[in-house]
Amino acid sequence: MTDRSTYSASELMTINAARLLRDGDVVFVGVGLPNLACNLARRTHAPNLVMIYEAGVIGAQPARLPLSIGDPTLVSGALAVCSMYDIFAFYLQRGNVDVGFLGGAQIDRYGNINATVIGDYNHPKVRLPGSGGSMEIAAWANLCYIITPHQKRRFPEKVDFRTSAGFLGGRAEREAASLRGGGPQAVVTNLGILEPDESGELVLSALHPGATVEQARENTGWALKAVDQPRMTEAPSEKELRILREDLDPKGIYLKDGG
Amino acid sequence: MNKAMSLSEAISRFVQDGNCIYAAGFTHLIPFAAGHEIIRQKRRDLILARATPDLIYDQIVAAGCARKVIFSYMGNPGVGSLRIVRTEIEAGDLEWEEYSHFGMISRLQAGATGVPFMPMNPTAAGDLERANPNHRTVTDPYSGRDVAVVRALNPDVAIVHVQRADVEGNAQIWGIIGEQKEAAFAARHVILTAEEIVDDAIIRSDPNRTLIPGFVVDAVCHVPYCAHPSYTQGYYDRDNNFYLTWDEVSKTKEGVQAYLDEWVLGVKDRGEYWEKLGPEVHRQLSVKSRPSTLVDYGDY
Repeated sequence: MTDRSTYSASELMTINAARLLRDGDVVFVGVGLPNLACNLARRTHAPNLVMIYEAGVIGAQPARLPLSIGDPTLVSGALAVCSMYDIFAFYLQRGNVDVGFLGGAQIDRYGNINATVIGDYNHPKVRLPGSGGSMEIAAWANLCYIITPHQKRRFPEKVDFRTSAGFLGGRAEREAASLRGGGPQAVVTNLGILEPDESGELVLSALHPGATVEQARENTGWALKAVDQPRMTEAPSEKELRILREDLDPKGIYLKDGG
Repeated sequence: MNKAMSLSEAISRFVQDGNCIYAAGFTHLIPFAAGHEIIRQKRRDLILARATPDLIYDQIVAAGCARKVIFSYMGNPGVGSLRIVRTEIEAGDLEWEEYSHFGMISRLQAGATGVPFMPMNPTAAGDLERANPNHRTVTDPYSGRDVAVVRALNPDVAIVHVQRADVEGNAQIWGIIGEQKEAAFAARHVILTAEEIVDDAIIRSDPNRTLIPGFVVDAVCHVPYCAHPSYTQGYYDRDNNFYLTWDEVSKTKEGVQAYLDEWVLGVKDRGEYWEKLGPEVHRQLSVKSRPSTLVDYGDY
């Protein structure tokens, strides 16, 4: 029997991200936790989820855990395969993607993401991998979810480099930029869930079992607001944990962590 | 025209010092054997363009063959940091030019279709456009609104690995098709490497599968296992262990030099490299068959 009294931070975030997906959603998936979240949703409440990978695969049904975004298991049994230009142009830019998953080294108060550089761009202190598809996903998917551990250094008031647009300087600024996508709708962390308020500022809206508003504030780089009564998320179920641990990531490559 | 030649001859004839190279393949079909041949032939000052530099460019940069990289995601896919390229960029020893995936691939699309630039909808993030002034904005003449544009990319040489081709270079690919076709049409010269060289009749039995026509190809090289540690769909698996191993190897200059000495400079070609990998790796990378249902083109 799966022990549901203990679970890792990665398991907690993955399960809560999976619950945000709706049956029938077309999701632009990344490797790692987003991939696990989508496959978990597909095996629980969203059997008709359509998974799109930036490598140009549509309707993937991976039989094993893909370690890279272009794993051959994504192709075998998929609905369609197209070029990289086509996946970004016909699918994402044209508006055929419901949900995009994003991560990054830094997320700021308005959900803007930095995946490019810490320090100065031309003389980087830490050079990160860069946008990949993040810039377009953030702009053009109907909505985005972000998964990231709740740490102060990951949640600065302002990102060092704006790789991908959240609400820019506020919701009005994003609206003025006439991007087709609605921007980040939830940031799932190991402490809870942040959602944008009417100004586009990320606000604590839910807490995971055992977590407190104070903890979330201590681990956020700006004066984090919370809604009046943050919702308490349901603890991971035995079924969710079993699917993750036994079927999706049996070696614990993504799910084992320091807690 | 029969364009069959060894990979060594193809690199020698078509890759010159200072060239812009696009070794195609999004995770799939990355032509590592060609990268190793470039290292063995000691090319210098190359400009290396790829959406994901991947280990192939990490190795070419480590060998001192490059002066610049053009990319949109500089990581070790599924593992983490691409250590050599990253370290050289942080140290100011390597020039770089950066795009998002769509920006990068749009540059190739423009180059491949013969137009000067490609328009894209705005992403509003802004910082990358400011950091790389090759991002420009034009006015849509129909609506009057701003449109982001990137300039066509026409590499000197594209290197494209495929499942099968005939000796003229008519090439068929299945699985992830990334930007192989775009790279081939955009480049001035095309070096094709193939797992199998097949009869023209095989190509003609399934024309929808042909992504690259022979008349844009300059050299056709029969190079089985060319893509390792990347993979060829239906032929062999991605060597994820190697991608993890490289993360360790590339932590030190000595580690990288020892790797290059043993696995690149220490072997004469891909055949010897593959033999050296040994039966255990061959077994791990072998794949079970899962053929498609045949389509019927009809006899007219």
